[in-house]
Amino acid sequence: MRTGILLALLGGLAPLLAESIVIQNATILTVTKGTVHGSVVVKDGKIADVGEKVMVPQGATVIDAGGQYVIPGIIDCHSHIAVDGSVNEGSMSVSSMVDIRDVINPEDISIYRALAGGVTTANILHGSANAIGGKTLVLKMRWGKDAQGLIFEGAVPGIKFALGENPKRAGNPPGGRGLSLQPVTARYPATRMGVEDTIREAFTQAKTYKAEWDTYQASTARGEHPIPPRKDLKLEALKEVLEGKRYVHAHCYVADEILMLLRVADEYGFKIRTLQHVLEGYKVADEIRAHGAGASTFSDWWAYKEEAYDAIPYNAAIMHKKGVVVSLNSDDAELMRHLNTEAAKVMKYGGLSETEALAMVTINPARQLGIDNRVGSIEVGKDADLAIYDKYPLSDFAKVQKVLIDGSVYFDRDTDVSGRQMKDLEKKKLIEKQKQSQPRPQTAGGRGK
Amino acid sequence: MCGCAIADELGAIAIRDAKIVTVSGAALNKGTVVIRKGLIEAVGENVQIPSDAWIVDGAGLTVYPGLIDPLSTVGIPGAAPTQATGGRGGGRGQIETPTPPAATTPTSAPARGPEDRPNTTSWVLAADEIQTTDPRIETVRSAGYTTTVTYPERGIFAGQGSIIDLAATEHSGEMVVMPAVGQYISLARAPGAGFGSFPSSLMGYIGYLRQIYLDADHYQLAKEAYARDPRSVARPAYDRALEGVLASKRILLPANRVVEMDRMLRLAAELKQPAILYGMREGYRPEAAALLKKFTAPVLVSLKWSEAPKDPDPEADQTLRSLQNIDQGPATPALLHKAGVTFALYADGIDQRRDLVKAVRKALEAGLAREDAIRAMTLTPAEMYGVADRLGSVEKGKIANLVVTKGELFDTNTHVEMIFVDGKQYKPAPEPPPGGGHGQASEEPGVIQ
Repeated sequence: MRTGILLALLGGLAPLLAESIVIQNATILTVTKGTVHGSVVVKDGKIADVGEKVMVPQGATVIDAGGQYVIPGIIDCHSHIAVDGSVNEGSMSVSSMVDIRDVINPEDISIYRALAGGVTTANILHGSANAIGGKTLVLKMRWGKDAQGLIFEGAVPGIKFALGENPKRAGNPPGGRGLSLQPVTARYPATRMGVEDTIREAFTQAKTYKAEWDTYQASTARGEHPIPPRKDLKLEALKEVLEGKRYVHAHCYVADEILMLLRVADEYGFKIRTLQHVLEGYKVADEIRAHGAGASTFSDWWAYKEEAYDAIPYNAAIMHKKGVVVSLNSDDAELMRHLNTEAAKVMKYGGLSETEALAMVTINPARQLGIDNRVGSIEVGKDADLAIYDKYPLSDFAKVQKVLIDGSVYFDRDTDVSGRQMKDLEKKKLIEKQKQSQPRPQTAGGRGK
Repeated sequence: MCGCAIADELGAIAIRDAKIVTVSGAALNKGTVVIRKGLIEAVGENVQIPSDAWIVDGAGLTVYPGLIDPLSTVGIPGAAPTQATGGRGGGRGQIETPTPPAATTPTSAPARGPEDRPNTTSWVLAADEIQTTDPRIETVRSAGYTTTVTYPERGIFAGQGSIIDLAATEHSGEMVVMPAVGQYISLARAPGAGFGSFPSSLMGYIGYLRQIYLDADHYQLAKEAYARDPRSVARPAYDRALEGVLASKRILLPANRVVEMDRMLRLAAELKQPAILYGMREGYRPEAAALLKKFTAPVLVSLKWSEAPKDPDPEADQTLRSLQNIDQGPATPALLHKAGVTFALYADGIDQRRDLVKAVRKALEAGLAREDAIRAMTLTPAEMYGVADRLGSVEKGKIANLVVTKGELFDTNTHVEMIFVDGKQYKPAPEPPPGGGHGQASEEPGVIQ
């Protein structure tokens, strides 16, 4: 907080607290309502008006964005930042008892860097070491808030699934030795068939578990007082999936495995909310659309492992043209900082429009995460999550100038640049102090040894 | 033989005309303490000295309550010495601390989930593991400690702590003031442990904690139901891990960073367990005090302050945060005191009096009042563990644990004259020469006999 005020003073009174703001003279790419040359009005954290001529509340802070561009804050549907400790609980093939919510690290500098890349919301996922991984959640990049303050309130929580090489631990043969030279314990499954079996087995258990709880709840409703069943955190998460209260985000590459998962889900009566990576999605786009799953993929990353050999950069565009809701994700703290140019690639590979391209990092991931009523486009009533670029945002040369979340400025390039000197100064002072407090080594000519 | 009890067959001992720092009330400039049968029989300025008492002329001496170390391994020589983690600035309970398997941990197949109760020996009582021959008993007693709250230290649930008086005795049972006062929980992970066994990630550890407390609740319910009606209710399976968890409600949770404090406080509230946080490396930060006040959680502050790395790589960049931790860490007690947070200081493996004085003096130099430092090492820890009726101050009826010094307890040149534990007198052991290799003579030449 103290640094916040300090930075505000340095940065020419940047508005850090939510208040009325008007962003003027900008080119506004709303994504859902076309392009507007004019203003965005922000009040109480929400977008109050957008247009050429707008009504401005008295005393509103003016941000003059002459010659600049405003887009909805970028949404990354696949990220692993802001996590303390490993993103994988990889000891078991089903680790649904663990929860990213427990290990949010609001001090991870990657949050700030993502923010500086225009990202305002990210889906923070467990890793892909297990067929059924840990619980996940959606965060807003509210740098400076505590862990609870980052959580996208009201967003449906998720769970990570994974198919293919990672959950069968390719490269970690049973009984062999991993990178750390520690013996690697054999862990089922070691084949793709085993991955399917693991998911089936887990949901068979989850159904039994759900039935036990349903029976218990029915008997308490009748006024009886039985002992409740044991609460099992692993199965509890899968019960929530069966009840539609938790979204499945499934890491996958290869077409036949994608079909396998969709069929298993249909059979057990749950939905796959998003297919992640889904590099062969273009081969089975119709089936993906029929299931109602979203696809969150890479722009043009391929051949980095066997199951990525059949990937093509036209994947996103093809799936999109087949009617699948497609987003482009980062899966990486660095790539996360320039998702705008990742989006631009679908204009080259697949000939999508500027709006379709931007949608893949804004409204489409919002739809996939079930938060499109709140974020993903510049519309009246939505959260004022906005990124202001100095140049055309799909250009390599565009730099983020300011980022607002809930109507508050969380990143301001000028403030950042002018604040660097203060931080360097503080650091130098402390290093100097440390040096002086340490015992000095004796000089050669001195006494002693 | 040094340190053996002197005059334990005496009827009564009276220390007269001494300055008495009672901690519970005002200091007496010239008073008398009478000890009999291990207890303080009388304290005051006008105390009648019993006719059978041996007399210590206290002129020029100061009497303090014996120090209490609220988180210690003294008495369990097999416990990993806490110094092992000092180099990393980690202290107890940090991630990546080496944790060799305890003798009490059943070595078996890798854990495949919470049900396997990984790294759990919650049923182990420190009192049962105490070895009267541990040389550290005499070392820390000579530093002024008369009581430690000793915990087994290996694993996630290492076992239950016991309050022990540091008497020289052949029977460890005589040392035990209270056998079961809390669960020591560590989130430390063996380096390079890999995915071999559950839990393998921080979120796995937290998931495990949550599951075991859910299980304990359910176990309790099932046992009660069975006790009420053994002829129609299924008999619950005996589970020693849950028995242990239920036996000591109080949990000690590691928290050095503010983020960890926030995480652990929320977890403790969710588990509905009374908690004490230990570590507090970032306790000086304003967010820390605000958080601890909000949750009204008592904390244990490590006296092993963050230090500049020895022989650092000159090219290595120290983060601003680590520089701040080194610079401001010792201000933690003063700032917590000012904020009204209940805190006690623990030695964290600092055994020698010289090192203890140095560490406490750092806190004093950073603004902590002498009397507050002494309280945080005597009465406050006694209150935290609910034993202030018998320990922590110089009051009538309390256990006769006293430290008698010539000079202020935490002055560099102060000599400890005698120590009383359970009413028996000990002389401080001579300190070994400092290991710093600076080539100078002992800082307290008068101590060497």
